[in-house]
Amino acid sequence: MGSRHTLLVIALLWTGLTMAAGPQVDPLDSPRWGDMRKQFFANGKVVFDPLVKVTAPEVAEDPMNVPVTVDATALGKVQTVLVFADFNPILHALSFSPRSAGAYLGFRIKLQQSSPVRAAAKTADGVWHVGGTLVTTTGGGCTVPSTGSASPEWQQRLNELSGRVWQQDDSERLRLRIIHPMDTGLSGSTPAFFLQQITVSDAKEQVLMVIEPHEPVAENPVFTLRLPGTAAADGSGKRIQVKGRDNNGNRFESWVEQ
Amino acid sequence: MKKIASLCALLCWTALLVAADFNYGLKPRQIAPGTYVLEGRNEDFSFANGGNIVNTGFIVTEAGVIVIDSGPSLRYGEQLRQAIAAITDKPVLRVFITHAHPDHFLGNQAFPAATLYATSAAKEQMQREGNAFAENMYRLNGDWMKGTESLPPAQTIGAGRITLGGHELELLPLHGHTASDLALYDRTTGVLFAGDLVFNHRAPTTPHAHIADWLASLDTLESLTRQPGFTRLVPGHGTVTADAAPIAETRAYLQWLTSTIRQGAEQGEDMNEVMAHTKPAAFRDMAVIDSEYRRSVGHLFPAAEQEALKPHRH
Repeated sequence: MGSRHTLLVIALLWTGLTMAAGPQVDPLDSPRWGDMRKQFFANGKVVFDPLVKVTAPEVAEDPMNVPVTVDATALGKVQTVLVFADFNPILHALSFSPRSAGAYLGFRIKLQQSSPVRAAAKTADGVWHVGGTLVTTTGGGCTVPSTGSASPEWQQRLNELSGRVWQQDDSERLRLRIIHPMDTGLSGSTPAFFLQQITVSDAKEQVLMVIEPHEPVAENPVFTLRLPGTAAADGSGKRIQVKGRDNNGNRFESWVEQ
Repeated sequence: MKKIASLCALLCWTALLVAADFNYGLKPRQIAPGTYVLEGRNEDFSFANGGNIVNTGFIVTEAGVIVIDSGPSLRYGEQLRQAIAAITDKPVLRVFITHAHPDHFLGNQAFPAATLYATSAAKEQMQREGNAFAENMYRLNGDWMKGTESLPPAQTIGAGRITLGGHELELLPLHGHTASDLALYDRTTGVLFAGDLVFNHRAPTTPHAHIADWLASLDTLESLTRQPGFTRLVPGHGTVTADAAPIAETRAYLQWLTSTIRQGAEQGEDMNEVMAHTKPAAFRDMAVIDSEYRRSVGHLFPAAEQEALKPHRH
């Protein structure tokens, strides 16, 4: 019995020590982690936290469309989430601020080469909780022109929204697709042209989530959101309002109907 | 233990030597009178296999040799010619390229330009994308690709029966795996060269696939195997068979693939969730199914998703 207690005390002490020891070891062992920390978090407190789950295929066959799902709902209330890839020429892929929606977002990004893809979720105490996964790819995703830039179609359908809501057990799932070339500016003489802000609200204009995409988000972005079961509907069939703008000042406002 | 260690060292060394002289070790296997197949490995492209994941074949006729596909690289094409020369001193009459995928036509440079044949649609795809394919193959296979460039065939062919050196060949320009897939049925020997419309126990690839067309083409091929003269089916990848089992397997896989992707999109799954599906027992043992399935979801899911998200559909 006594030795068990000793062990417990040692274990607790050890945990305390490792937590107080300052910068933790990057579980993905990336040589870029030091730079990432400086660039995104300056003097903020950062912990690697398995409660922030980042899902992406181990091998991404299409570097133009790497699916990434971030689930930080296990942390409870989250203020904002940054998503970045250590080895991308444009590091910052996207940020999102869950309001009444859960801290959960699915999307697709372009990867220039194999890289850790990470999400950092900021809780109310100011601590950044970082999770991530490694993605291997043959690369080239950021310096290849979008299909849209070679086709006249996007000009007629720019910022066109389609979407749908699915009922799940105690919540709802929203999937959105917006037509946009999302050009990175790194391919030939095509300038950067990308969606910068998307605000998702319910029928009573209660904001569910604000998404801030950056250049690495894949062409014709698709987002998957987890909504609280309480998102208001109105009688006319209008369900979810989506407002947004891109870096050229094009604005859109559209409804997902049910 | 020591013995095992030295054996391992020896094996590693041998592997290095084999890789260093870029010898594919091609061994033609006779499957019918005058008819040979060179079966590739059921793998993905790699520095270890140099791109030899494909089946090529040839028919030795009275008038000369008919080749089906030239392989993944210039080195492969050259070694294929040597393998043919070890069996016959007859000249190469024609090289039929089944479709515009790099493992099937990047050996073209090893053959006289006037002997190379493909459908016009396949030729156009090689002209459009051949160099990008070759570049990607360097990344995947390394120095095995040395000197390889895309050489689209000079000659084009359509549907019909031709007689070459006493062999009556039925040319079937089908599609579905790509925009143009040529199958060849040798009515003289009963051998059906199916190209990549048929895979045998290796997960099919779908980067340019149109699944409905592909399924229709499989029906056409299956009807040939029911003809009394049929003897052998040569898939584009995987072992040669004496029956149509690989056609049924390819069909069942493609049907499962499309219904999994369509249902996933209809039920609101995102791409990661569709990629995470477990494979049915019937397909779990197929070579490279994990990577091919992931690739196929990447190719086919966006269109299914677009369909499921169409505005004003409720």
